[in-house]
Amino acid sequence: MSSAQLLSLSGVSKEFPGVKALHNVHFDLNEGEVHAIVGENGAGKSTLMKILSGIYKKDSGEIIYKGKSVTIPNPFEAQKLGISIIHQELNLMPHLTVAENIFIGREDRFPGGVFLDNKKLVEATIALLAELGLALNPNDIVGELTIAKQQMVEIAKAVSYRGSVIIMDEPTSSLTPAETDALFKIIRSLKAAGKGVVYISHRLEELEKITDRITVIRDGQYVKTLKTTETSIPEVISLMVGRKVDQDQRPTNRNISSEIVMKVDGISDRHLLRDVSFELRKGEILGFAGLMGAGRTELARAIIGADPKTAGTVTLHGKEVKIKQPSDAVAAGIGYLSEDRKRFGLLLIQNLTFNVILSSIPRFSKFGWLRIKPAAGVTRDVISQLRVRTPSENQFVKNLSGGNQQKVVIGKWLTRNCDILIFDEPTRGIDVGAKDEIYKLLTKLAEEGKSIIMISSELPEILRMSDRVAVMCNGRLTGIIDNKDANQEVIIEYATKFSDELPAVH
Amino acid sequence: MQQNLATNYRQFTKREKRNMSEDLTTTQSEGGNKVSAFVRREIGRVAALASLVIIFAFFTIMRPVFASWANVSGGILMSTTVIGLLAIGVTFVIITGGIDLSVGTSMALVAVITGKSVMAYDLNVWTGILLGMVVGGLLGAINGLLITVLKLPAFIATLATMKGAQGLALIISDMKPILFATDVEGWDQIARGNIIPNFPNAVLILFVAAIIGSLILNKTVLGRYNFAIGSNLEATKLSGVKVNRWLVAIYALCGVYVGLAAVVITSRLGSAQPDLGLGYELEAIAAVIIGGTSLFGGKGTIGGTIIGALIMSVLINGLRILELQQEWQYVVVGAVILFAVFADNLRRRRAGDTTV
Repeated sequence: MSSAQLLSLSGVSKEFPGVKALHNVHFDLNEGEVHAIVGENGAGKSTLMKILSGIYKKDSGEIIYKGKSVTIPNPFEAQKLGISIIHQELNLMPHLTVAENIFIGREDRFPGGVFLDNKKLVEATIALLAELGLALNPNDIVGELTIAKQQMVEIAKAVSYRGSVIIMDEPTSSLTPAETDALFKIIRSLKAAGKGVVYISHRLEELEKITDRITVIRDGQYVKTLKTTETSIPEVISLMVGRKVDQDQRPTNRNISSEIVMKVDGISDRHLLRDVSFELRKGEILGFAGLMGAGRTELARAIIGADPKTAGTVTLHGKEVKIKQPSDAVAAGIGYLSEDRKRFGLLLIQNLTFNVILSSIPRFSKFGWLRIKPAAGVTRDVISQLRVRTPSENQFVKNLSGGNQQKVVIGKWLTRNCDILIFDEPTRGIDVGAKDEIYKLLTKLAEEGKSIIMISSELPEILRMSDRVAVMCNGRLTGIIDNKDANQEVIIEYATKFSDELPAVH
Repeated sequence: MQQNLATNYRQFTKREKRNMSEDLTTTQSEGGNKVSAFVRREIGRVAALASLVIIFAFFTIMRPVFASWANVSGGILMSTTVIGLLAIGVTFVIITGGIDLSVGTSMALVAVITGKSVMAYDLNVWTGILLGMVVGGLLGAINGLLITVLKLPAFIATLATMKGAQGLALIISDMKPILFATDVEGWDQIARGNIIPNFPNAVLILFVAAIIGSLILNKTVLGRYNFAIGSNLEATKLSGVKVNRWLVAIYALCGVYVGLAAVVITSRLGSAQPDLGLGYELEAIAAVIIGGTSLFGGKGTIGGTIIGALIMSVLINGLRILELQQEWQYVVVGAVILFAVFADNLRRRRAGDTTV
């Protein structure tokens, strides 16, 4: 590695009242390098990024940028130095066009400085997009673009500052494999242009493809910096969690009864779903695999009545049930755990008790009056059973980590005594160590006789957890495979069966 | 589509703000115990109460007559009653994340309908009170149905009913005040009587209504769903709660308080004034906001609302005693609203709470 050093952090510490968020962390970045920072949630990755991008101030340590010691008091200063950050949750104005978003705050103006020169703005955008090889139309409204394209807009915006360091926080978390490949191409061209990229991701298999070096941090402490070519994913994981995690597990042979709990027959909706039918057995984990947009979430929402269906029936324990709205599904014992917990699962500004009893409030009330004490008691049981890490049941849910928030949602449905649980991406945004815990919990629930539908985009997760794997493509169910016959290749084959067909009527 | 984008955008910005403060809040709350949690939860109301006391002390020092019981009960408290009752009702609605702009003119409409009915059917006081609350509740339920069944934004739906109620009050009354309080035995006693010596009944009604409201909000299923809907409507719906039904109930409950306010105002004035009411809705909303209830929903207290309403009437009363011109009184009230909300935001930001 002969290229010059761009950035170097040494001995950086940051303390919040009561907690050492970062302790003596080292990190450096060279020109034309992609350097990953990995660690579990709460390890200090985002604190480190926020120090680099000027959102937080470090307590001690030194930042050297292009050979000079610098302080980064605010995000504006970071930008001026040439450090740009692309946040995991994108920061775009959905009503504005691509060009307006990229050059927000730096718009070209006609002489006099009052009126905007839109033509010049579009020209500058076209030049920038061409330089990066991005297929975007400067005049498209950002809110109407796919997430992947919105991300490209963010990248173009970051590059437009002509900085040398670009920080990407979980850039692939909502991208399909093809879109991820496109992103990697862009990253490689940034590398070729001599930029340094700090890359943060939960998806470790990506690191092998795109990074040059990997720095592991754990509990706010610097652990090790590895060359990507000289390490392996298991090594990185064990450094992250401080122990070994088996990546290639399959479900232990459970005794699944032949009792059919739920029968879904011929579900279609107006946009995507076409005649989907399957059966769910008692105590089974039925995995739903497929590409992004295959219709798995849509299917789940149609089953629980969150979105309308145009055809199809749901039969529970041999009896057909009419599910027109989510409350019907809940009354029938079906709980849905959305992939977007914060939007569709939790009352973030309320405490654990409130969240845990939300589906079962009638049970905790008499003549319309709430009985808080039993509710708090049940919540404490949930906390200890599911091992939710929280100071008490009065803690606000927004203060919990992703894994613990997920446990709160699970606790909500357990409190409601649902027999059928639909997990949509149960481990999204949850770190490796906590993932394991969620897996054990799912297995335990199945063993206790709950029937589980698990939608997941991570194939190792599907293979590890599912007794049977249902694969969807373009709104159709293309196959159901027993775990013993399933592997990544088979699943991908089913998942792309109709991919050359356009989805029916929009 | 447009609305979708707007909500998306709000999600974007809200989430980003939350991310920025996530590390901070986590660390603070880890050390937090019940006591500090309580203090943090209640500090908004404590601060509001402290400002009330300070403003009160200021006027007392300037003009000792300000603190006389005659002024406090007959002036300040009495003038808080109508706005206070409306504000309690609106508190429920604002905690759902909604708004009710129709409470002022609805009050006039209820007053007119009640007055007409009481006169026409020779109803007694109790039936009259009940009628007022029922009519108010029905008007509120109409708002709720417009919002849930027609899926109109609360702002628009209640703006429409605000104008509708204003017109209907004038039509039904033939644009003439209905002088009925003197004809109905005991009607004037509803507000002006003294069940407790030297304590106007209207004030008693306000306090009892506030206590009942607070119990409903904090101890009942309805109150719990009220907070749930305001915290996250989608999550509440997916948790199996019949959100629309509860929303109608909450708007109807707001209407019941509007009805009670109508009864009190007719008793105080001795008549139903069809053109009195417009503007009351904004005063009520101001009281709710000064009281620390979040316009984004999910947070709020009845106690805070009452304090907010009291701050407004103490100010108006005090400034009047200081003989400040009416037009300047408005300016001061405007400044107080700004200051109250700004101070509250500042405090929440310090506490790492960015939900506003």
